[in-house]
Amino acid sequence: MSEFFAMGGYAFYVWGSFGATALVVIAELLSLRARRRRALDEARLATPDNLSAATQGVL
Amino acid sequence: MTSSNWYRYSSPATFYPIAGRMIPWFGWAAAVLAAIGLWIGLGLAPTDFQQGEAYRIIFIHVAAAWMSMFIYVVMAAWSGVFLAFNTRLSAMMAQAMAPTGALMTFIALLTGSLWGKPTWGTYWAWDARMTSELILLFLYMGVIALRNAIDDPRRADRACAVLALVGVINVPIIYFSVKWWNTLHQGSSVSLTAAPKMAMIMLTGMLIMALAAWFYSIAVTLYRVRVIMIERERGSAWVGELQEVQSR
Repeated sequence: MSEFFAMGGYAFYVWGSFGATALVVIAELLSLRARRRRALDEARLATPDNLSAATQGVL
Repeated sequence: MTSSNWYRYSSPATFYPIAGRMIPWFGWAAAVLAAIGLWIGLGLAPTDFQQGEAYRIIFIHVAAAWMSMFIYVVMAAWSGVFLAFNTRLSAMMAQAMAPTGALMTFIALLTGSLWGKPTWGTYWAWDARMTSELILLFLYMGVIALRNAIDDPRRADRACAVLALVGVINVPIIYFSVKWWNTLHQGSSVSLTAAPKMAMIMLTGMLIMALAAWFYSIAVTLYRVRVIMIERERGSAWVGELQEVQSR
């Protein structure tokens, strides 16, 4: 098992590549989910119901 | 079928639910293929007789590098469709692809660098393949920055489409750079016209990883284009009626 992680002495390069790729992909997915939540929040505020409510001072 | 039916699909309100139904399929396909590809690449594939274990970087590097070029071509194609027909969905698709294209380019450059050190003795060289791939990253970042710099989305669509189309000239330069110039980067190991210069199990793992990268890119692009639709069309009736907007 430790032989597997040692990668014949190339552990830094091999695991660096696979690890960095995994991190970047996870970061893209998380930031995308956050962007969707933000967009949905803004869309809720922009729906006609909320707009009329806002102009009436309810919100 | 009349041509008006095709235009119907270019309406965000129509495409939004279709894209939503496609995302899980492409997402799960990407996850399963990546798992199989990693199992082959890190488990089944034997040690390379020249490069030892360092060659295993190929299973990510090639997939990301192919995707980085392919996404750019598709982004430029959507940009061309937008300029020709003025369909806003096309511009949104181009907008949705740029970040994932930049991500693939970044991964290709980073893994290439980590592969170059043990095999060539250097993380970086200004050879034609690497330099043109770096320019690809700048093109993606340029398209993203240009959009952020222009307040009017319609004007941003136009400017980004023109930049994307002009930049597409860089893709054949990347692809053929290893033939046209003497590069430190090796020539291609896989081609459509000749037998591959690598073991079957390595080739299989590489192609499965490439397919995983495809499906990942499709799933993420569809997800992002839906977010862009909500961002750009909020306040319109169809966005207001969406279940995810109505419910808290």
